[in-house]
Amino acid sequence: MANVLAVTEQKGGSLRKVSLEVVTAARRLADGLGGRVDALVVGAPGVDATSANLGGAGADRVVVATDPSFAHYQADGYAATVAAQVRRGGYAAVVFAATASGRDLAPRVAVRLDVPLAVDVTELGVEAGKVVCTRPVYAGKALQMVRLDATPALVSVRPNTFPVAPGHGGAGAPTTETVAAETAVARVIVKELKAAEQGSLDVAEAPIVVSGGRGMKGPEHFHLIEELAKAFGNAAVGASRAVVDAGWRPHGEQVGQTGKTVSPSLYIAVGISGAIQHLAGMRTAKTIVAINRDKDAPIFKVADYGIVGDAFEVLPALIEAVRKARAG
Amino acid sequence: MKIAVCIKRVPDTETRIRPGADGTSIDEAGVKFIMNPYDEFAVEEALQRREKAGSGEVVVISLGPDAAQETMRTALAMGADRGVLLQANPIPADGLTVAKALAAELQGGGWDLVLFGKLAVDDYNNQVGPMVAELLGMPCVTSVVKLEIEAGRGLAERETEGGLEVVEFQLPAVLTCDKGLNNPRYPALKGIMAAKKKPIDIKPAQLGPARLMVQSLTPPPERAAGRIVGEGAAAVPELVRLLREEAKVL
Repeated sequence: MANVLAVTEQKGGSLRKVSLEVVTAARRLADGLGGRVDALVVGAPGVDATSANLGGAGADRVVVATDPSFAHYQADGYAATVAAQVRRGGYAAVVFAATASGRDLAPRVAVRLDVPLAVDVTELGVEAGKVVCTRPVYAGKALQMVRLDATPALVSVRPNTFPVAPGHGGAGAPTTETVAAETAVARVIVKELKAAEQGSLDVAEAPIVVSGGRGMKGPEHFHLIEELAKAFGNAAVGASRAVVDAGWRPHGEQVGQTGKTVSPSLYIAVGISGAIQHLAGMRTAKTIVAINRDKDAPIFKVADYGIVGDAFEVLPALIEAVRKARAG
Repeated sequence: MKIAVCIKRVPDTETRIRPGADGTSIDEAGVKFIMNPYDEFAVEEALQRREKAGSGEVVVISLGPDAAQETMRTALAMGADRGVLLQANPIPADGLTVAKALAAELQGGGWDLVLFGKLAVDDYNNQVGPMVAELLGMPCVTSVVKLEIEAGRGLAERETEGGLEVVEFQLPAVLTCDKGLNNPRYPALKGIMAAKKKPIDIKPAQLGPARLMVQSLTPPPERAAGRIVGEGAAAVPELVRLLREEAKVL
């Protein structure tokens, strides 16, 4: 038996984009192991398992487990449900997303199944029948390759690192099966959700990140960073440790070794000199742009494109140009 | 309030990391070690809880090499009462092995709270806290940025994608602490002197066989040298052209 379970994520009854990345990673393992990919959808009744093309990403089967208490992620019930499905399906590997809820969920499932867990994986494959993964450690200052000597092999994959390969799917539309949810008593009860600003993206998952540093001179100037993020449409705002420590920005936006490690398609660093701990957190971005007054700033050593100049002069022009480029 | 805080000795975040001769761990020569930054929030929270309760005990537990005693002395200097070192050198890469050794030590300790940092900035395993909670059968809240405790009930805020979650739970519980929860204190001279006399119980960690095997540790691929597009706002059109035509991200 060499099938792989992909644990998807949903929000408000629709699948999140990261679910397709999880299925893509699971497909890669299933191809290496010679098995099938089952995509597990956990949510409240009515959760739409067709809201993302799981089949197109490589799922052969979609397994749906619903319970009225599962509208929002809830550790005890979700962990019990995932563990039960793994036992039922006898999988060789289980793939989670290394998101806030995936990071909370996967270790609990690992204990229930008594198997080790490789977290925040950016590359994976099968060697001699065993799952091997590459994961950034020391916030990306080094890459660790690990082999999982247990069945099932549990991994969580970093968002934005397993892009969906078009046409990688199985022969036909995936079959759908409904399984019973395990409704464990929730020992941690969600009382309230304080949503971030409408439409705002989390810095760890956004395809584009615009970050500001000390060069922004004060919190009152960060509207320029926000406007540039808005101009891109699909960008999140990030910040350096210096400005978070100074209280200019919330810590949820911090990029770096004591903040978030990100791998967006485009990372724009404005007024950030590029301390080691910051570079560690964003060096896996596909394209890096740096805007800084100091031409000798270390950030230019990792940037693909640099502009030497004052943020207050460059940003308004860039905001305007990006708006135009996107409109045209 | 009886509180356990699990802390880890890690390389300073400003340190350059070089793979060592064995090819699977870092070269420790010249590396400065510190308390994992997220663990400082856990230690501070424990101290504030004990102070608020007016009585209790804060015990720091660390799994690591003998040198981890220095890290523990920092926590003791901040105000923790005593320490337990579970000797392990190297610290296993398999988080479940570590969690089991910590859980074995914590079991039956009568803790009201067991605190961890959100993650360790060396291995980024991001799993030992919730694993220990599962092993001990305790409720667990990860990435806590705000905490209130009243009459055995806790109310915490945790950060998730797209916002904050407010959750309620019963003590005893395991919490992992995130930046923003508090401002860790610096040890005062008096605390540093007092820490020298505080007890650290040293015993070997009960480590089972590791099943997550490190094959290699390598430096990340170098990024190809970039270029300066130009100076000031005049360089913006060329940057936008490159983002669109070369990088294809616009």
